[in-house]
Amino acid sequence: METSIDISHFLAGAVLALSFVLLYQARLFALFNAFAMQSIALAMAVGWQAYSQGASHLYITAALALVMKGMLIPGALRWVVVKMGIHRQIDPVVSVNLTLLLGVFLVILSIMVVFPVAKMEGGIAREDLAFALSIILLGMLMMITRRNAIGQVIGFMSLENGLILAATGAKGMPLVVEISVAFSVLIAFFVFGVFIFRIREHFDTIDVDALSEMRGDAE
Amino acid sequence: MSMQFVMGALLVFWVQAVLALFRASQFVRLRYGVTMLTSVVILFAGMGFLLGSAPVEQIALPLGLPDIGMRMRIDALSAFFLIVVNLGGVTSSLFGMGYGLHEKRQGRVMPFYSAFIAAMNMVVLADDAFTFLISWELMSLTSWALVMSNEEKETRRAGLVYFVMASFSAIMLVFAFGLLAGANGSYGFDEIRQSHPTAISATIVLALVLLGPGSKAGVFPLHVWLPLAHPAAPSHVSALMSGVMTKVAIYGAIRILFDLVGPSMLWWWSVPVLIIGGATALMGILYALMQKDLKRLLAFSTVENVGIIFIGLGLALAFQANGMVTAAALAMSAALLHVFNHSLFKSLLFLGAGAVLHATGTRDLDQLGGLIHKMRFTAVLFLVGAVAISALPPLNGFVSEWLTFQSVLASPDLPQASLKFLIPVVGAVLALAAALAGAAFVKAFGVSFLGRARSEAAAAAQETDRFSLAAMMLLAGLCLAVGVLPSLAVDALRPVVDMLTTSGLPPQDIGPAPLSLVPFADGRSSYNGLIIMAFLLISGGMTAWFIHHFASDKVTYGDAWDCGTPEDSPLAQYTAESFSQPIRRVFGTSVFRAREVVDMPPPGELRAAQYNADSEDPAWRFVMNPLSRLLWQVTRRADILQRLTIRKYLAIVFAWLVLLLVAVTIWH
Amino acid sequence: MALMFSLFMQGIQMMLVLLVAPLLVGVVRKVRARILLRRGPSILQPYRDLWRLLRKETVVARNASWLFRVAPYLIFAAVWVAAALVPVFATGLEFNWTADLLAIVALLGTARFATALAAMDIGTSFGGLGASREMMVASLAEPAMLMIVFTISLLAGTTQLSEIANFVASQPIGLRISLGFAFTALLIVALAENARIPVDNPSTHLELTMIHEAMVLEYSGRHLALIEAASATKLLLYMSLIISLFLPYGIATNEAPLSLQLFGMLVWLAKLGIGAVLLAIGETVVSKMRLFRVAEFLGAALVMGLLSMIFLFVFKGI
Repeated sequence: METSIDISHFLAGAVLALSFVLLYQARLFALFNAFAMQSIALAMAVGWQAYSQGASHLYITAALALVMKGMLIPGALRWVVVKMGIHRQIDPVVSVNLTLLLGVFLVILSIMVVFPVAKMEGGIAREDLAFALSIILLGMLMMITRRNAIGQVIGFMSLENGLILAATGAKGMPLVVEISVAFSVLIAFFVFGVFIFRIREHFDTIDVDALSEMRGDAE
Repeated sequence: MSMQFVMGALLVFWVQAVLALFRASQFVRLRYGVTMLTSVVILFAGMGFLLGSAPVEQIALPLGLPDIGMRMRIDALSAFFLIVVNLGGVTSSLFGMGYGLHEKRQGRVMPFYSAFIAAMNMVVLADDAFTFLISWELMSLTSWALVMSNEEKETRRAGLVYFVMASFSAIMLVFAFGLLAGANGSYGFDEIRQSHPTAISATIVLALVLLGPGSKAGVFPLHVWLPLAHPAAPSHVSALMSGVMTKVAIYGAIRILFDLVGPSMLWWWSVPVLIIGGATALMGILYALMQKDLKRLLAFSTVENVGIIFIGLGLALAFQANGMVTAAALAMSAALLHVFNHSLFKSLLFLGAGAVLHATGTRDLDQLGGLIHKMRFTAVLFLVGAVAISALPPLNGFVSEWLTFQSVLASPDLPQASLKFLIPVVGAVLALAAALAGAAFVKAFGVSFLGRARSEAAAAAQETDRFSLAAMMLLAGLCLAVGVLPSLAVDALRPVVDMLTTSGLPPQDIGPAPLSLVPFADGRSSYNGLIIMAFLLISGGMTAWFIHHFASDKVTYGDAWDCGTPEDSPLAQYTAESFSQPIRRVFGTSVFRAREVVDMPPPGELRAAQYNADSEDPAWRFVMNPLSRLLWQVTRRADILQRLTIRKYLAIVFAWLVLLLVAVTIWH
Repeated sequence: MALMFSLFMQGIQMMLVLLVAPLLVGVVRKVRARILLRRGPSILQPYRDLWRLLRKETVVARNASWLFRVAPYLIFAAVWVAAALVPVFATGLEFNWTADLLAIVALLGTARFATALAAMDIGTSFGGLGASREMMVASLAEPAMLMIVFTISLLAGTTQLSEIANFVASQPIGLRISLGFAFTALLIVALAENARIPVDNPSTHLELTMIHEAMVLEYSGRHLALIEAASATKLLLYMSLIISLFLPYGIATNEAPLSLQLFGMLVWLAKLGIGAVLLAIGETVVSKMRLFRVAEFLGAALVMGLLSMIFLFVFKGI
């Protein structure tokens, strides 16, 4: 039992660690790789939960995460970037170090929020929930600190990774919910994709700040 | 017994101050000498009290308010701070015996100098709120007069800001004592100790302490006066202000929080103290790194060290309020030892800066350089101070930071989750500040003493006089002594720590060898400065011996290589500005809004290229400037009151009278 | 008698670290060369270099002060003493208790302080450049290191390196994410402190991005030999530190019989060898960073150190 918890913590922690790696990356391809690794780590974490909880439907979730997010989406994004010749450097809005520090603060915050609330829930869920909440917050942080639309897409998807982690940590999450989550992400991915195409067509850049010029009140 | 000596010495100080009003420019050396000897008397009285663990002594002077009198008292805490104050007094006066002679307007220094030392002693001795406040104000006024002793334009601004901030801190103290007043509104410290304030008023007292003595000590963001005022004074006074007066302010905080409020403290008080301490330490040292004025750099580093002391106090508060007395004792020892250490090396560094200022006529780092050749002894002594303040073994700065880190490591046993997270973060900030201090003092020493002279004045510098050197040597020797024999220093602090936290550190003789420093009784960790020192000397000596016997000991002198492109002009050296450029870029862009503007004319144009680096102090931007604007507006509104007719003035007075009467009727 | 033996073992360790250090550098260089399909110098080359430097006459710039000439001895002594305090083949050596992990970090800080000052002594632009950058790197690497120290000490309940090694070697610690963070952060710090790629390039002498080499540019002869020996010893120190903090398995205690101590020594040498190979591989596959990317790299180490401490609390339970 002790080892089982240890391993599940380790895997969840690895997903969180990779969230920080995502925040740190300054180049698009490295970002995709890190995202793929995060999704693979997520798949492993979910797979371990499936094994230790004996919940076979979680294997499907794990496989989904592995195939969709670990392989297909990063590959697709890479293809998009190469195809469209997008600039491969990500410009962060605030400095990387500051982002990382904010990240630490968010982790502390989520631990302090989750621990008192989930005290009754028993060992496993509590830590996993704290990790998951941190990953979600870090995903949001990533979305607001990147100018680059692709960076924002990745941030959104890593946020969704956190949701899956939260869902599998709590025992007996119905598959339906998950499929819908995965589906919504897929849709979001398409939306963002179309969005990127549109921006690129119009402005020759995917810096979303360029969009402000479309507003009437721009200076 | 100690008390009589101390009172006599105080009297000598005041007589001296009065005498110095006449013919101040004569007998300057004698006057400083007498001041020094007087400080020596109090110093020994304090040491005798602390080491002999004498009983508490009280005295009531027939001065001041009727039937309160002026009460004074020596206990372990006062005795410790008497030592800090008068050690500073001794060395500054000794320095003054040489350096003080060059002062142009002695009449503006001499009377206030001994009064300043006397006032600081009185703050430490005061045993009732009235005496405390009077002494506090005297300390502020005399030091303000000393700041204003030279007439430069920037001094005036410094004086103004200092005056405003000093008044502010005094007012906060008045409020604090008002809230603390004992039964029947008596302001004796004994009565205050007996009355236990409610949680709310105690908490307000905490806030007032952080604002009052806090601003006097220089906590962020109330430190703004400190880097203006401290450098403006003559250097031996700067040493007193930075090395000693900030400590007296810290004494005020400790006295009120740990002694007077004592048992009513709450655990969460440590949160603001720790946050303020951490912010002060980090901001202070970052400011220091960006300075190019040697004395301002030192003043900002004082801000940093005050932050470190407040971190220690915050830790002690957290442990104390949770009943973890041994950990509280450790944190308190760390804070007190850092008080002592900082008073040593900061005095040393300011005196060194004074020697440099006298020899070259400038404090601008970019005008200095190469002084190690001209001022050999000053260079060595300044280097000792720089190593000590950078918390490097085997000197004393490392010992107190080591103790602070050890008490950070006791934090997981705290019951509160928020402290568990906060304290490691504060530990990280402390580590960051320590590392940045190293950078700041490589810059301070490297740019001023090393390299080649950047100006005529620096090239023509001469070694300072014997008195000044003796003062610095005394301080440097103490830095080394505390560094290699830390356990003795910690042992000597035991009565003070005992009094404040009801538990001293474990006796230091349980360590694995004599003279080891042991923070926890179960001997989990230890540090032995003496052996480290011996180890360094032996291995360095062995290496030198080996090389000079078995390998080559030939030396040829030649030009500097500099990658084959030596540059003749000393201006090609790194300056203060360029040294801190990488760090400014890493840390300063968001906090200080540090900007660099390079104006590079295109080829063909004959204009000189220009580089401008610029940064802003957030304390001014976010706190001080808005406040002063607000104040300005309020006074503008109130200005109308100056131009009313007599009838209207009478109407106002009448309205107030009626209002008061109404208030009184409602009250009953 | 026991004291004599223990002093003797301490002496053995001091000599051992000094003797093995150049070999470690030699191995790293050799492996790197082989990966790049060069033959590379013999692994004994660093010894020959040191000996040659020691016997050459020393050229000192005319305006150098005493500090410039004293600094190499101080740097070497500080690093050597620090290395003597790291348990390599046996814990609980005679002097291990005199200074804990914090003091070891601070001793290396003393060495760095001396190096930076010596760099500024001649008054060349390269010296100032190196010193300024080194202090920037140190200002991030040192707190990161202290965070790692905190994490490990909180786990082991002591800052004494010897005790930590015993603790890690004897207790089942299991797979902990916080240790993973601490380990990664320590690797980054070790790379930065030893001026290795991607932070600095040890095999460059003329590059505008150099840090450590810029500081010691003016040194020659026996002074340079001392500085080279100090950097080699520092590399060894950091490897031993990583080994004794995270992989102390096989380390002997002070009371153990001689055979076990010998065994501990062999295990330590084997671990060092593996470490050298890994370092060489790492240096070939990674490229050097821009200077201000280094700040982010080290900032990441600091953040990881902080996270490792926070996670330690999570796992210990609040």
